[in-house]
Amino acid sequence: MIEPTTERELADAVAGASGPFAIQGGGTRGIGVPVAGERLSLAKLSGISLYEPGALTIVAGAGTPMSEIEAALRSEGQMLPFEPMDHRDLLGTDGTPTIGGVVATNASGPRRLRAGACRDSLIGVRYINGHGAAVKNGGRVMKNVTGYDLVKLMAGSYGTLGVLSEVSFKLLPKPDASGEVTLRDLSLADGISAMAAALGSPYEVSGAAMMPGEGSVVRLRLEGFENSVGYRGAELIKTLKKFGPAEMTMGGDDDWRAIRDVSVFANKSTVWKVSIKASDVPALLESALAPSHAYDAMLDWGGGLVWIGADDSQLAAHSAADAVAGAQALHTDLQTHLARIGGHATLVKGSDDLKVRVPVFQPEVAPLVALATGLRAQFDPRGLFNPGVMG
Amino acid sequence: MEMPTPDPRILALKSRLVQRLREVLPHDAVIDDETETRVYECDALTAYRCPPLCAVLPASTEEVSAVLKICHQEGVPVVPRGSGTSLAGGALPTADCVILGVARLCDVLETDYDNRFIKVQTGRTNLSVTGAVESDGFFYAPDPSSQLACAIAGNIAMNSGGAHCLKYGVTTNNLLGVKMVMMDGTVVDIGGAHMDAGGYDWLGLICGSEGQLGVVTEATLRILPKPEGARPVLIGYKSAEIAGACVSDIIKAGVLPVAIEYMDRKVLEVVERHAKAGYPDCEALLIVEVEGSPAEIDEQLGLIKQIAAKHDPVELREAKDAAEAGRIWLGRKSAFGAMGQINDYMCLDGTIPVSSLPHVLRRIGELSTEFGLEVGNVFHAGDGNMHPLILFDANKPGDLELCEEMGAEILKLCVEVGGCLTGEHGVGIEKRDLMNVQFAPQDLEAQMRVKDVFDPAWLLNPAKVFPLADTAARRAQPEAAA
Ligand SMILES: Cc1cc2nc3c(=O)[nH]c(=O)nc-3n(C[C@H](O)[C@H](O)[C@H](O)COP(=O)(O)OP(=O)(O)OC[C@H]3O[C@@H](n4cnc5c(N)ncnc54)[C@H](O)[C@@H]3O)c2cc1C
Repeated sequence: MIEPTTERELADAVAGASGPFAIQGGGTRGIGVPVAGERLSLAKLSGISLYEPGALTIVAGAGTPMSEIEAALRSEGQMLPFEPMDHRDLLGTDGTPTIGGVVATNASGPRRLRAGACRDSLIGVRYINGHGAAVKNGGRVMKNVTGYDLVKLMAGSYGTLGVLSEVSFKLLPKPDASGEVTLRDLSLADGISAMAAALGSPYEVSGAAMMPGEGSVVRLRLEGFENSVGYRGAELIKTLKKFGPAEMTMGGDDDWRAIRDVSVFANKSTVWKVSIKASDVPALLESALAPSHAYDAMLDWGGGLVWIGADDSQLAAHSAADAVAGAQALHTDLQTHLARIGGHATLVKGSDDLKVRVPVFQPEVAPLVALATGLRAQFDPRGLFNPGVMG
Repeated sequence: MEMPTPDPRILALKSRLVQRLREVLPHDAVIDDETETRVYECDALTAYRCPPLCAVLPASTEEVSAVLKICHQEGVPVVPRGSGTSLAGGALPTADCVILGVARLCDVLETDYDNRFIKVQTGRTNLSVTGAVESDGFFYAPDPSSQLACAIAGNIAMNSGGAHCLKYGVTTNNLLGVKMVMMDGTVVDIGGAHMDAGGYDWLGLICGSEGQLGVVTEATLRILPKPEGARPVLIGYKSAEIAGACVSDIIKAGVLPVAIEYMDRKVLEVVERHAKAGYPDCEALLIVEVEGSPAEIDEQLGLIKQIAAKHDPVELREAKDAAEAGRIWLGRKSAFGAMGQINDYMCLDGTIPVSSLPHVLRRIGELSTEFGLEVGNVFHAGDGNMHPLILFDANKPGDLELCEEMGAEILKLCVEVGGCLTGEHGVGIEKRDLMNVQFAPQDLEAQMRVKDVFDPAWLLNPAKVFPLADTAARRAQPEAAA
């Protein structure tokens, strides 16, 4: 394993590389096909180099632990707007989640609805390219259109286009208070309609999640000054009257952590993350998948994000074949359906057996595959960075 | 500002090219008459003009594709154009290019309130996107001051911002999908009505690429429910330092205004004469706007007033109703127009860390004395996006050059304090040759390699964004296309 302590050392390691790297922050987000390559750990490129609360900006080394960033922000009453998921619960990994890993996976939680994804808050990156040169893009100011936006390109590229050494974010003040409006026992379609009505209201809902099925629950989060949260909750209940009685509670900081981290699926062997137009969810879950597959689902982002989870007994029930075959069939049906209606599915958790049999990421149309291949050839001509992870 | 010498091979090609374009477009959609091509000789950076070889106005994605295929085969550069309001010369033609205008692509294709998006053709103006959903209580958030005229096409190409982006973000944060035609005519759909596009972040890459990666013909945009209400407060201060400290304190206090706008004495004087907004006599004026229900607005404005009062304001005036709010905004909204009436001006657009505001304003004042050119400052203070307006006389020989020189000094200053050359207007030709101030060679090389992938022959808007010397070799190979 290589563990550079400075950007210079990292650049030298890449320049002198003779074979591919498996790039790692804290090793908590192993998504995609396992990479055969020398482990390159960013853990020592750690530390906050600039934090200006009055300008709502922070700059940190890619290996900086999330806990360190969160503690610094908390002390000034600020936060990363996009509420990044901690993958440890779901994936059963241990290790220290890093800010670089958050960026590489574009990890974004329930507040993504209002505040955008990780890529929307990311304002600058430094990375090492395939030639071993340090490249910067963006910077530390929140409005910047100088040249192409490679900042966004690096977010969610799973380390395949460069090795991040430093990242900068814009921040938000942490809300004073939060509250929740809850609706119960709605059908999937009604739950989605209720969330759409809430998100189409002026009451600034900052989280909209649903656990469908028996005893279904729809949860709507409100954040801001205490009086304002109370007021908006009351108005929201009026807006949602036709969906039945709703309940309003004032809440705490951590109420949405389990949704953010998809903790309910911690025991599932296989989990997919689906990005879809919310109103297409009932057709996906109830018509396309339910007749031939057994699984559970959880909706976030008002239904725009669907987590699908199954354990091996659910998967094996699909046919006489084994769980891997069942998972493969579900995977294929899911991606085929989405290719037709728009959206995409990623296999976030699954056995290595499964991951080599199916495309972990939704395959793209031919012109985009050509562009992706072209970009990789330009950014990483020697194929050093997490080869094969994104296809 | 230098532009590449037109390629004689292409100039000689004109009649054949026009004929081929007429084979795929209606007759009136190909403009080759020299009196008519003049319409397209410049954008809002009017100091630079050059009529194109010809202009085309396709009315469908298929027509755009057919045009690009022909230009690709013939090795002819193409400059996409929306409404031509770019302040950076982004839509400036060269004599050997085809202007591809999307003005005839202006339909609304779909509105969906349940999933909160609108799908439009990109020639549609920014304001008319909001116009299409407003009566149902929705709006499209990015609101450049030019929104009456500018097109979504240009907004996407420049990643345009607006007064309200502190809360709602800029174009890239509100773009869900595009239909784009590549230089070789290939049509590709990226993203859609779902919240995150898959694969690499193509949308993020295309947004702000200044028409150099593809021609965007359709866009899926996020729309938002209108807030219950909004109200501004106006705060006057004795100095830029104090106003800067107030901005920083407001942000730290946890209020998130939708807008924090700043005007300095020079702008205030002109605006007062022009619009009679009743602004106080002071060095620095802030307009801070918040949104919500009446009670929510009261609470937030209460907090802001408390903070503002600690800094000993010259005046603190809260809008009690819509009429007063309108008066507070009146001057800000007419600032550019008012400045334009008294003088020619060049509008800069650098961004700086908010903490450097007082230092940068002081240095701009010194530069103004040094160069003997007056400067007015009006800008988005919450995000540090400055708009220094340098006043000059276009009829006075040498004044434009002097103004450009001073502009370059100000932009270098922005970079020096940790900021950037452009916050929302784009690089175009205007800041092209300053890119080396902000970026090292390998930083620019990484960006140019993206263009190599999308447009290997460098035919799309080739003379923009990057220093000409750095792109010369790449631009000199139009045959590579054929
Ligand atoms: C008075 C005034 C006020 C302004 N205020 C603001 C402001 O507040 N905020 C702000 O951000 N900007 C502002 N601008 C700048 C300008 O309005 C924006 O840059 C706008 O987005 C340009 O849009 P347009 O349709 O006019 O584009 P154009 O000027 O026609 O073109 C701009 C760029 O887009 C490219 N392009 C055009 N169409 C396409 C297409 N279909 N596909 C790919 N590329 C394309 C062009 O090649 C060019 O590089 C202002 C301008 C003026 C004159």
